[in-house]
Amino acid sequence: MAQVTLRKVVKAYEGGVQAVKGIDLDIADHEFVVLVGPSGCGKSTTLRMIAGLEEISDGEIAIGGKVINDVPPRDRDIAMVFQNYALYPHMTVFDNMAFGLMLRKFPKDEIKRRVDNAARILDITPLLARKPKALSGGQRQRVAMGRAIVRDPKVFLFDEPLSNLDAKLRVQMRTEIKKVHQTVRTTTVYVTHDQVEAMTLADRVVVMNGGIIEQVGSPQELYHNPKTRFVAGFIGSPAMNFIPCRLENGAGALRLHLPGDIVLPVPAERTARYQGLAGREVLLGIRPEHLTEAKNLDRPHFAPMTATPEVTEPMGMETLVHFRMAGAEICGRVDPLAPAMPGQPLPMAVDMSNMHILDPQSGRVL
Amino acid sequence: MSSTTATPFVPAEIRHGSLRRERRWALIGAYVALAVFVVFFMTPPFHMLMTSLKSSGEIADLSGNPWIVAAPTLQNYWELLTEGNYLVHFRNSVIVTACTVAISMVISVMAAFALARMKFWGSATLATGVFLTYLVPETLLFIPMFQIIGGLGLYNNLWAMVLIFPTLTVPFCTWIMIGYFASIPKELDEAALIDGASHLQMLWKIFIPVALPGILAAMIFAFTVSWAAFIYPIAFLVSSDQMVLTVGIVSDLIRADTFQWGKIMAGALMAALPPLLVYAFLMDYYIAGLTAGATKG
Amino acid sequence: MSQGTLSAPAAPAAAAPPRGGALKRLSRRNSTVAFLLTLPLILLILGLVVYPFLYAIYLSTLNRRMTRFIGWENFTFLLSRETFWNVVFQSVLFAVSAVLLKALIGFILAHVLHALPAKGQRKWRGMLLVPWVIPPAISTLAWWWLFDPSYSAFNWALMGIGVDPVPWLGQAGWARFSVILVNVWYGSPFFMIMYLAALKSVPDQLYEAAAIDGASGWQKLRYVTFPMMRNIISITVLFSLIVTFANFDIVRILTNGGPQDTTHVFATYAFQVGIQSGDIPLGASVSLFMFPLLAVFAIFTLRGVNRRSKEMA
Repeated sequence: MAQVTLRKVVKAYEGGVQAVKGIDLDIADHEFVVLVGPSGCGKSTTLRMIAGLEEISDGEIAIGGKVINDVPPRDRDIAMVFQNYALYPHMTVFDNMAFGLMLRKFPKDEIKRRVDNAARILDITPLLARKPKALSGGQRQRVAMGRAIVRDPKVFLFDEPLSNLDAKLRVQMRTEIKKVHQTVRTTTVYVTHDQVEAMTLADRVVVMNGGIIEQVGSPQELYHNPKTRFVAGFIGSPAMNFIPCRLENGAGALRLHLPGDIVLPVPAERTARYQGLAGREVLLGIRPEHLTEAKNLDRPHFAPMTATPEVTEPMGMETLVHFRMAGAEICGRVDPLAPAMPGQPLPMAVDMSNMHILDPQSGRVL
Repeated sequence: MSSTTATPFVPAEIRHGSLRRERRWALIGAYVALAVFVVFFMTPPFHMLMTSLKSSGEIADLSGNPWIVAAPTLQNYWELLTEGNYLVHFRNSVIVTACTVAISMVISVMAAFALARMKFWGSATLATGVFLTYLVPETLLFIPMFQIIGGLGLYNNLWAMVLIFPTLTVPFCTWIMIGYFASIPKELDEAALIDGASHLQMLWKIFIPVALPGILAAMIFAFTVSWAAFIYPIAFLVSSDQMVLTVGIVSDLIRADTFQWGKIMAGALMAALPPLLVYAFLMDYYIAGLTAGATKG
Repeated sequence: MSQGTLSAPAAPAAAAPPRGGALKRLSRRNSTVAFLLTLPLILLILGLVVYPFLYAIYLSTLNRRMTRFIGWENFTFLLSRETFWNVVFQSVLFAVSAVLLKALIGFILAHVLHALPAKGQRKWRGMLLVPWVIPPAISTLAWWWLFDPSYSAFNWALMGIGVDPVPWLGQAGWARFSVILVNVWYGSPFFMIMYLAALKSVPDQLYEAAAIDGASGWQKLRYVTFPMMRNIISITVLFSLIVTFANFDIVRILTNGGPQDTTHVFATYAFQVGIQSGDIPLGASVSLFMFPLLAVFAIFTLRGVNRRSKEMA
């Protein structure tokens, strides 16, 4: 079985532009790792270097402990699912799935056994005789996965496999992919720009930006303990709010002085962590779900504040309220029963136990 | 007239009505124009057919109507197929064309694959060169070619045509195959690469089957060009048994001043039949091949 | 991070040599495969196009018996001959008027066809393309027969409406007209099909938008159709100029240059001089005269094609 190791991997193009700027990553056997980031962050390039479709400019990639920099794709024992599925249009579903095995000269009955097995896992047995043209988007997606499964490779590589599907099907296929991984337990590297997909699928998420890795961690870890402003803003939807403020020493406790003379107390257990920063201008990072209606005020660490929403968006199970604070767009999530009306001051509660304090210059979470 | 009475009531309806009438007139005009051109375009083949069905007596009779047949006969066809060298010419045309198509396809498919998918030193120059070669007319080169063929000892030899005709077909076939291959999504070869295909397996098992319509279009192009080639045969082939149809018909059926028009027309019609049949049954591929040069690549 | 990158090459440096070698071997193998795949094409172009062309230049500098180098003499000889200037005139007249007529007829036909309901279009298109499908060396035989001095079916029809018989191939003016007519008959369908393909590639929404903007039929043609088709039109016209200018079969079969060499074009004249009269060097010189003009057309065609493919991409 296979772990995947990246050591100082660089992808440089002619003219010196670096798409990937020396990344290190260890992927354990059976692990499902998702590379996520905005377009152009180098996630696809990284995946394609693992696949052998791009040359590695510098550094090393190893699969199962063996350096594969010079190994052609076919000898890397990997399988890949492409964004556009890349099904061979002239072959039936069966032949599409069998093609890789056929080229590797597997015996006929073994090919049939494997294809039938994969078709059963993916629930596409009735489609085996059809051509890709006669399949729906979701079915093509399954065939593309089937083509990977039959090979029983060391590593699965997924390159934004769901981005061509409509929203509903995407959710469905997401579950499907997770189920397949739980069945076959193959090490998987999955690339997406959709942070929801990353969070729901991954054992560990790798957030990339500008050719470097911002942070690696479990979905929970990234959500609750982002290390940088980029990760904090990228993970979670709607995105985390960043409010410029001043950290002050007052009345024996630290407090945050926000524009509009709002003062929020820093929870006592965090005082030690921020003591050295007193008097500095910082950024308060707070997720919309921690900016809620006033009725939560009786719970610990909730601090009051009042805001005047400009826009309210009822979502059904909650209502998003948008307001401005010192020029920044701020979003909160309140109970649909809360009296949120545009232009009407709304008493709100800030969950200070879930706030983050960031350095406005470096963007690091302090 | 009705429109003047209707004016005060519902102007919208009138405009609607006149629009419809305008459109109908435009359509009628279109059909008239088409009919005129169809008559113009079909006159020679029609006259060819009529003449081919006439006996030589009827052709020579100046008092008869040249556009219709009074006493249709298959005499001309029968004589062509049973005596003389017509069948030899036909066979020669088939041999030359079959070989040319095969050679053209092998050369152009291989080259187009390399040019479309493997960037190598000089590949862009070569692709441009291919297109420029296509623009070189054979009438520019037939005289030096005459010397070269003579030097190779292939003068008056059918196989010289097999050697030369690919120069007429390969550049364009390569050019349109580059276009077809380039339109195959790159992910397909990446998938094949990961599935373990070598370059040649990729070409044979993926590119050729996927680009089959393009290959068919290129084959049809090579077929029609090779079947219709004229200047090289007329310059290099002198004895009747080596001739292809385009030159054989005339050379055998015109002796000094006696023109056997009935047989010439029958022979011409049968010679035109293979391309016409290919066109009739594979029209879409035929047209794709024609237009591919300008819209693809 | 960038510092890490800078220092990174130091560590793998020891492992680098074998890897670099393997990579190079791999890419060298790829180029070898590519080279082998294109080799037949390269050989064909070099051996049967480039070499004959250079050989033609060499031949054109020899005397008639090909025993002596005579430099420009063949060319200066041709330039001093009235027949040759006649050929130049007729080639240009033939090519320009035939291409203009073909372009015009093709454009009209394409438009008319495009306006038809989709279901009838195919049938009409099928019939209109027939002249292009029949090999010209064969269809010209039918024209030859239609132009026959004593049996001309055209003259028979003209006599029916009281018009005097026309000496189709017997008189310089009429013979020039006839070869152009046959070339237009043969080539118009090609223009039609190219324009039709181009018309079909113009999105309907553009016309709808123009109609809503208040464009008349003519304005739509002027501001939507024409700009969208400009490249295809120029490619087709230039390509056709090359082919028509270098035409051989129609003139050769219909008139063989006659009467009195008035309908000779470069190709037929080169054939007569080089092959029939056996003056190979002079024949080669005649066909080489085509080259400068063809080269100009070819370069412009290539530019058009490149621009077009950029547009499509």
